[in-house]
Amino acid sequence: MMLSGAEIVVRCLQEEKVEYVFGYPGGAVLFLYDELFKQDQIRHVLVRHEQAAVHAADGYARSTEKVGVALVTSGPGATNAVTGIATAYCDSIPVVIISGQVPTAAIGQDAFQEVDTVGITRPCVKHNFLVKRVEDIAPTIKKAFYLAASGRPGPVLVDIPKDITAAKCEFDYPKSISMRSYNPVSKGHQGQIKKAVQLLMEAKRPMIYAGGGVVLGNAAEPLTKLAKLLGFPITTTLMGLGGFPASERQYLGMPGMHGTFEANMSMHFCDVLLAVGSRFDDRVIGNPAHFAEEPRKIIHIDIDPSSISKRVKVDVPIVGNVAEVLEEMIRAVEASTRRPEEDTLATWWKQVDEWRRRDCLKFKHDGDIIKPQFVVQKLWEVTNGDAFVTSDVGQHQMWAAQYYRFDKPRRWLNSGGLGTMGVGLPYAMGAQLAHPGSPVACVTGEASIQMCIQELSTCKQFRLPIKIVNLNNRYLGMVRQWQQIFHGGRYSESYMDSLPDFAKLAEAYGHVGLRVDKAGDVEDALREAFQRKNDLVFLDFQVDPTENVYPMVQGGKGLTEMILSAEDL
Amino acid sequence: MRHVISLLIENESGALSRVSGLFSARGYNIESLTVAPTEDPSLSRMTIVTTGSDEIVEQITKQLNKLVDVVKVVDISESAHIERELLLVKVRATGKDREEIKRTSDIFRGHIIDVTDASYVIELTGTQNKLDSFLGALDASLILETVRSGICGIGRGDRVLKV
Repeated sequence: MMLSGAEIVVRCLQEEKVEYVFGYPGGAVLFLYDELFKQDQIRHVLVRHEQAAVHAADGYARSTEKVGVALVTSGPGATNAVTGIATAYCDSIPVVIISGQVPTAAIGQDAFQEVDTVGITRPCVKHNFLVKRVEDIAPTIKKAFYLAASGRPGPVLVDIPKDITAAKCEFDYPKSISMRSYNPVSKGHQGQIKKAVQLLMEAKRPMIYAGGGVVLGNAAEPLTKLAKLLGFPITTTLMGLGGFPASERQYLGMPGMHGTFEANMSMHFCDVLLAVGSRFDDRVIGNPAHFAEEPRKIIHIDIDPSSISKRVKVDVPIVGNVAEVLEEMIRAVEASTRRPEEDTLATWWKQVDEWRRRDCLKFKHDGDIIKPQFVVQKLWEVTNGDAFVTSDVGQHQMWAAQYYRFDKPRRWLNSGGLGTMGVGLPYAMGAQLAHPGSPVACVTGEASIQMCIQELSTCKQFRLPIKIVNLNNRYLGMVRQWQQIFHGGRYSESYMDSLPDFAKLAEAYGHVGLRVDKAGDVEDALREAFQRKNDLVFLDFQVDPTENVYPMVQGGKGLTEMILSAEDL
Repeated sequence: MRHVISLLIENESGALSRVSGLFSARGYNIESLTVAPTEDPSLSRMTIVTTGSDEIVEQITKQLNKLVDVVKVVDISESAHIERELLLVKVRATGKDREEIKRTSDIFRGHIIDVTDASYVIELTGTQNKLDSFLGALDASLILETVRSGICGIGRGDRVLKV
């Protein structure tokens, strides 16, 4: 039977078992929307801005193991989506974006709502396509889903001109796809794995450093098993939170710019470092030259060869799917009679625990004034550490990462790579739709939340009972912190003036708004919010505007050169 | 260090911009880049001349390999290989200069492929060095216009870059 291009697109999405499409209609995608209207297998979530469509699809993907799908129109629809696409790209999130394009004959004619979408998005997608024939739609969408989810995942954009969605052809969805130019490795090199295990057994001061690849590669289970088998200290990066249970004794917290004292010291002074699905990012190891000063052997497991030896020279590279490689390592450790020497390991742990006793995350807390860290601690208590937590970008993001102790993967959603303010609410939308019965909290700030606040309307329409935890300090907090420390306290444009009354604003959208001014009211407010199972509750916490995030490693400094508290300034 | 990277890429629209975009986005140098379809019209072959430390060139090949349309990448300068470039140069050729230019062209085994009463166009193929030397041997004031193709490279002997 002959189907139109638009019908074919919808059929392809159905074949891919897509539950939700996050999108916004417009001229170039009218045929597509017409086909969505005629079916009820796929639900369309109408966002209020295309940026949020991609963020929500991205949040859906992060909180599940599935591919997120966004649909936008040509021109401004596509350009609005770019921030969302770049955000997903920087964190390797599988998202398929379908964008409308002006009719084939109008391409290049400066037509209404025309931009070179494929050209604009090229540097921030894993791959993109411009579909030029209706016959190419099905194989292209098949490729898009395959590319997005396989290897190192990432966003893939499919740009479809309007006339192609109207043209007709036979529909046949390919069962499988093979591309001669794209063959991601999955199995790690046996010899390298053997070498790695040997190094680990001989280590005197071993350390495990796990990143977002563990979460994305569904490797939390084998990682936890291997770490427990070895008994080594372990840190997980901002993107890897939940990849190893935070409540385990072996866990040292997050490393890096705002990492814990014990995680950073252990990273720096270990003699064997097992890096898993992580990329020695500048926010993690600080100055690479300083990091290289201390001799250590590095084993690096990653699916992407270009992540290996990019910033830090690696001794044992293992390219492969992290879960598969970790399973192999577990088998090798179990088969071996050798174990790390207990006394040596105990001596190392004594040192690590001494660092841990610095209790670097303690904060002063007295009187009525609300400390932002306290709010996150209470959020963790009230939700039994089991909520999906999204954040925006800035101080609140770091506090959420430091004080909410994640025991499971895919519970923590934030923009780690691109650092996009405004992701928090749409991420929460994606997570809440994927997990309808589960508590979802968006930890945000008064500046970030305003970058996608229009989505409160979407939340109303789709009855998403998200809890917004607004740590309102009346400042672009992280900017203010840097200005205080590096710019002589000249707070250039970092003060947020003329803020709305967020509680009333939430009410205007049909939600529940609560303003909390006193530390003594924090817990009750959180409890009340989570008891309201069917309401979105906007909690506007008036927090200490002078609080800073510690520990802190200044940009360009070494991991051990930490500012631990305000007294170090 | 100078490296010559050869790659096979799907002959799709936008393939060239994926490669050139990668170089500009990551701040890698391109000294020259040539591209044309191969005997298999679904594939294009590129020769890129770049400079960088060993670490950077390793990243360049890894990043090129990561591009979804790229089928194969080889740093042909890692072992014995041949490089050739094409030069077309238009020179003012009048009076006694005509004979002198012709002689110089013959010495470099160039071909004069266009003749007017006031100019020659000379075609010359060779390594970058040879073309540089030839241009150096010409009287600079007589050169009206030059165009160079950039390097094409191929491995010697058994080394074959093929799908």
